[in-house]
Amino acid sequence: MNLQPRMLEVRKNVLKQNDVIARALRDRFRAQGTLAVSLVSSPGAGKTTFLEKALTLLKPHYRVAALVGDLATENDALRLARSKVPVKQITTGTLCHLEAAMVEHALEDWNLDQLDLLFVENVGNLVCPASYDLGEDLRLVLLSVTEGEDKPLKYPTIFNSADAAVITKIDLAAAVEFDELAANANIQAVRPGMRVFKVSAKTDEGMDNCLQFLSDALAERSRKNICLDLAASAS
Amino acid sequence: MHELSIAMSIVDMAQEEAVRRKVHIDAVHLELGALSGVVKEALLFSYEVACGGTPLEGSRLVVKDIPIEVYCQTCEMPKTLKSMQWFCCPDCGTQTPQVIHGKELTITALELRQ
Repeated sequence: MNLQPRMLEVRKNVLKQNDVIARALRDRFRAQGTLAVSLVSSPGAGKTTFLEKALTLLKPHYRVAALVGDLATENDALRLARSKVPVKQITTGTLCHLEAAMVEHALEDWNLDQLDLLFVENVGNLVCPASYDLGEDLRLVLLSVTEGEDKPLKYPTIFNSADAAVITKIDLAAAVEFDELAANANIQAVRPGMRVFKVSAKTDEGMDNCLQFLSDALAERSRKNICLDLAASAS
Repeated sequence: MHELSIAMSIVDMAQEEAVRRKVHIDAVHLELGALSGVVKEALLFSYEVACGGTPLEGSRLVVKDIPIEVYCQTCEMPKTLKSMQWFCCPDCGTQTPQVIHGKELTITALELRQ
């Protein structure tokens, strides 16, 4: 008698559906010359305040817009609308993270070739968003000085999935005895070589460095596009 | 807690396969990377819930943990990390940003009823 279970070998990525949409979005961003930047952090780390300041400072130079994910309420979108750029709220209901399909849906009536920079603010959560590719070119993970220096060690997956870290509320660093060296060492431990920016969206300290980083990435994107165009026309 | 929606995707995918091949599934085998962002215990619990009322009710989810494997440029070979809080080669200490394995969230096999 054969007691061996009959095994059927398959190889299927559980998040394939999300990844396929994310890849299509990334291709679209690239084709239209739009740089998509997502923001992840715990609730209250200052994503919306950072974004409000970033939109205001970038607006004179670039065509910017933002998608904002939230479980409920449109408060964040209302706050961001004050920067007078296109903003759309994605209300996720009970879902603790954004998925690529939600970004795709939110962009349906937006013309991407009218945009240089698109920000996507994820739901405040350092766990679930790590698993979902949104098609973004850059993922920024925000960490506020009030949260403690060991956040990267507690949530290594999301820090490892990010392209750059932004330490926010740096104006409060002295008051909460924030240990910058320790925070930096912890970030490097879980994501060696990651760029780290220190900012205060309240006083503007460090915002210029961080936004320059995005501006450089956008310039790089444009150059690449030009190269691709030349290659296409040569062939 | 996104494990429930992940579990539902697993059940959907397995069921699709079961219908297509006209088989009954006793167990789903899954590779789960340490960097996948999915908590195994929560996933196992969610799987039972997700199976409820479907042809997969009563089936098992067999999870194989995949550790984080990185490439060490100094040793010039892949290494397995001992801790996800320390992306450094366990032998020479070089920083190892290049991840080879550990993000898996992959159905690898279906165990069929005889």
